[in-house]
Amino acid sequence: MGSQGGFYQSKEFLDLVKSIGEARSKAEEDRIVLNEIETLKRRISEPDIPKRKMKEYIIRLVYIEMLGHDASFGYIHAVKMTHDDSLLVKRTGYLAVTLFLNEDHDLIILIVNTIQKDLKSDNYLVVCAALNAVCKLINEETIPAVLPQVMELLAHPKEAVRKKAIMALHRFYQKSPSSVSHLVSNFRKRLCDNDPGVMGATLCPLFELIARDVNSYKDLVISFVSILKQVAERRLSKAYDCHQMPAPFIQIKLLKILALLGSGDKQASENMYTVVGDIFRKCDSSSNIGNAVLYECICCVSSIYPNPKLLESAADVISRFLKSDSHNLKYMGIDALGRLIKISPEIAEQHQLAVIDCLEDPDDTLKRKTFELLYKMTKSTNVEVIVDRMIDYMISISDNHYKTEIASRCVELAEQFAPSNQWFIQTMNRVFEHAGDLVNIKVAHSLMRLIAEGFGEDDDNADSKLRSSAVESYLRILGEPKLPSVFLQVICWVLGEYGTADGMFSASDITGKLCDVAEAYSNDETVKAYATTALIKIYAFKIAARRKVDMLPECQSLMEELLASHSTDLQQRAYELQAVIGLDAHAVECIMPSDASCEDIEVDRDLSFLNDYIQEAIEKGAQPYIPESERSGMLNISNFRNQDHHEASSHGLRFEAYELPKPAVQSRIPQALIASTEIVPVPEPMYPRESYQTTMPSIPSDAGSAELKLRLEGVQKKWGRPTYTPATSTSNSTSQKTVNGTSQGDGASTVSSMRETYDSRKPQVEVSHEKQKLAASLFGGSSKTEKRPATGHKAAKASSHMVEKSHVPKSSMEVASDKAASAQQPPDLLDLGEPTATSTALQLDPFKQLEGLLDTTEVASAVNGAPAASVSPDIMALYVDTAAGIHNKNDADLLSGLSNPSVTNMPGTTAMPQVTQSSSKRPNPKDSLEKDALVRQMGVNPSSQNPNLFKDLLG
Amino acid sequence: MIHFVLLISRQGKVRLTKWYSTYSKKERSKVLRELSGVILTRGPRLCNFVEWRGLKVVYKRYASLYFCMCIDPDGNELEILEIIHHYVEVLDRYFGSVCELDLIYNFHKAYYILDEILISGELQESSKRTVVRSVAAQDSLVEAAKEQTGSTISNIIAHAAK
Repeated sequence: MGSQGGFYQSKEFLDLVKSIGEARSKAEEDRIVLNEIETLKRRISEPDIPKRKMKEYIIRLVYIEMLGHDASFGYIHAVKMTHDDSLLVKRTGYLAVTLFLNEDHDLIILIVNTIQKDLKSDNYLVVCAALNAVCKLINEETIPAVLPQVMELLAHPKEAVRKKAIMALHRFYQKSPSSVSHLVSNFRKRLCDNDPGVMGATLCPLFELIARDVNSYKDLVISFVSILKQVAERRLSKAYDCHQMPAPFIQIKLLKILALLGSGDKQASENMYTVVGDIFRKCDSSSNIGNAVLYECICCVSSIYPNPKLLESAADVISRFLKSDSHNLKYMGIDALGRLIKISPEIAEQHQLAVIDCLEDPDDTLKRKTFELLYKMTKSTNVEVIVDRMIDYMISISDNHYKTEIASRCVELAEQFAPSNQWFIQTMNRVFEHAGDLVNIKVAHSLMRLIAEGFGEDDDNADSKLRSSAVESYLRILGEPKLPSVFLQVICWVLGEYGTADGMFSASDITGKLCDVAEAYSNDETVKAYATTALIKIYAFKIAARRKVDMLPECQSLMEELLASHSTDLQQRAYELQAVIGLDAHAVECIMPSDASCEDIEVDRDLSFLNDYIQEAIEKGAQPYIPESERSGMLNISNFRNQDHHEASSHGLRFEAYELPKPAVQSRIPQALIASTEIVPVPEPMYPRESYQTTMPSIPSDAGSAELKLRLEGVQKKWGRPTYTPATSTSNSTSQKTVNGTSQGDGASTVSSMRETYDSRKPQVEVSHEKQKLAASLFGGSSKTEKRPATGHKAAKASSHMVEKSHVPKSSMEVASDKAASAQQPPDLLDLGEPTATSTALQLDPFKQLEGLLDTTEVASAVNGAPAASVSPDIMALYVDTAAGIHNKNDADLLSGLSNPSVTNMPGTTAMPQVTQSSSKRPNPKDSLEKDALVRQMGVNPSSQNPNLFKDLLG
Repeated sequence: MIHFVLLISRQGKVRLTKWYSTYSKKERSKVLRELSGVILTRGPRLCNFVEWRGLKVVYKRYASLYFCMCIDPDGNELEILEIIHHYVEVLDRYFGSVCELDLIYNFHKAYYILDEILISGELQESSKRTVVRSVAAQDSLVEAAKEQTGSTISNIIAHAAK
């Protein structure tokens, strides 16, 4: 099929691409593109352009747009092309519009008509092109215009069309569930399509439907299980195989669906156990896709009603993932572990060292995933270590998005599990200090509320202690330069409210500091406002305590400055300050009672205190007030408006012909009726979901990111003591504990025996002492309830159960042997991430492998006569590695892996890659030579800087 | 669901972009800038995944080209890696040992092929044979159309160039 590789484009286009390819800077590239835009603008508006030429212009526009420039001047021409009769031109037109236009673009309305026509075409290719456009361009308003045709296409004789029609319907459902809600039964029907491709495509919309409403699809469990069984037994055509796995993508989709259907449903889950178990057994764990299916199995097992045997298989796979050398598999392993510990928390223990390795890995992605896992397994025994690590990491990164996330997680964990007030305040200080501007303002408000309300205990003493330690630390922190605004707001508020409460600090200390803040952050009006209000409070408390107030001079000048402020808010506060200072003790007590921030303020909504005033006014002849609803005249107007509104929202755009005007009777139908028939006929599919969420431990990452504020209700209110906690992932793991019937004693002994074995094996395994300590503090308490702090139980568990010992040394042995193994082998053999492409391809065909081997040795010996033959397997591996384009710096030269440095240093001439290409798998060198020659013929000299252009992607 | 597909060369040049979720032009160039910064600088032997603004980007390098797909946080990364590979293999069958240059000069064909594999961000066809066949069917029709319209000037050029 090599003929498609030719270059049909005109010289002009080739030149454009070439010059852009050779541009040395972004500015140069921009200049070239702008020139091109000018040319195209001129040419495209010329009259009578031949279609072929026009097609090329449009493709050039697509190219320009792809580079990030604006080609909107040509959109209309792309739209025109879709109207063309020739499929050749039409196809280009559709491609261009799907790339150019978003679904909300004005021009779409001009395409709808063409799409309608094309969907009815006799030529299925035209229909397919139109369906592609439907999926991308049709929006909520235009769905009704094409829906009938798409429905008809579901029964089209060509499977390619049925498939696309299904996907189009799926898209409609995503955009506006109500528009197709009456048609979902069609998805069920298509599930029985005799083409596996159509069946596979149908799983996408079904997955989404089931995710929204599980209960309506419980009857399909049996069908899905039997489909999955057939797929796993290779009943589908070989064409769907992928690395010898039978239709893995369909398997994955089905497993996802089963996970939803089986969640919290014992009966449904029992139907699935056999088939999932089979897949666990059959999966080939040496290929990437095999591992993808295995991972999906774990997700499924952790979601459905637990089954001990499947959980065991899942744990096995996880440990294989974690022990792998491939970062990808480690990442998946950590993720899977996070899912499984919800159900069987004890499995985390056997992997503690692997987890810590991942935590210290230079790979940021892996590190973050591990933090996510730690977040899920935090409890009061390890909260200090985990939050500490999280904050350290938070400080070290610059990615604001993730910083925000990790900061809110720290806050959440600290709030839930803090061992002491002191620690809590310190932790919050660190978080605010380093990520204050990123934390949601609600977190700050909750912190203030927390300090004000105390921790739900009756012990006032503890509360006031907390407050004084907060005040103390804030006064210290104020010395630091450049604090985040949110943090300063908290500080000001706390200082104002409690700064002088315990008598440790005098009013002048506090007011002095507050004035400093207002001065140092004079650009931040919110902080200034907080500081001013804090000043009001301090002085008010002092006056209420019947002590003499003498304002500091800097405070005086601050007030004077603010009295003339441009901000009305600041001005108002300054006037209040001025007024409060002039009041007597009694009045101040009334308006500013001490420690009353938690008191409810009653609002008199009827404004009854004005009654006398109103009475007086009416007596003097004023008009009584008439509520808006009772005023005559207003009524009709607002009613009309409502009606208009209803009509607009219920109809949107109409694509059918307008019907004849009906007698006016209809307009008298009460509005409510119109609304109910036209707008709300959708059975809301969202409601059942709530019950579903309570049964299933919700996906924890969701819980984490959604949790922006401190949880004050339902959370354990007391540090360190286990009380009722809501169903978060972490608490779940402890509560599940008893369900699984593991006694606490067992866990404790595992830990201690673990430590012994590590100690005795230290010389071989070389696990650093620090790591052990970290492991102990992270996992040590994982099977204990949170009664003792992490350090406490080292001594406590000297006696150990020998039974538990047996599996522990084994795991550490394995670590050792793994490490040894990785030292001997070229590590990339195990790295599934990169070289699978080639290595598995080679495995498939022994002849090709042989070919490859021969070629390699030939090349190697031809180049430098290295003793290639003797080490050929290893070289092969290296070769595969580089050929797949592993990121070594010199990747231009495929031979760099082959041992001769002088070869590597050769300049990457264009000849070079061709030589190497000849050695790689099936591509014949002729092909690339031809390509090269062709390009040269056309006057395009591939730049010598980037010989990679000729390299086989699959090399 | 897949939110977008990007092909970026090692030098940071964009070779193909396909957006399945709605992104404004400004957002698009921001995404490209940010992601090529992140992905091209990642060292060897690290994960093929990057967490990015609450989503996940799965990328894989083939020769000097990076294929990137952005997915939801609960997606299966290994599956996406395989979809990328699936795409590359189809490209390879179509072009016959595909190289970056093929994709540069025939990027519109790469789009047509992608349209047969992914549709609205979901995998529509997992059989390579079926995909290759349906692309070939389109091409044959195009060829037929070409012969019908007779040899236009550019057609002559194309043939001369061969």
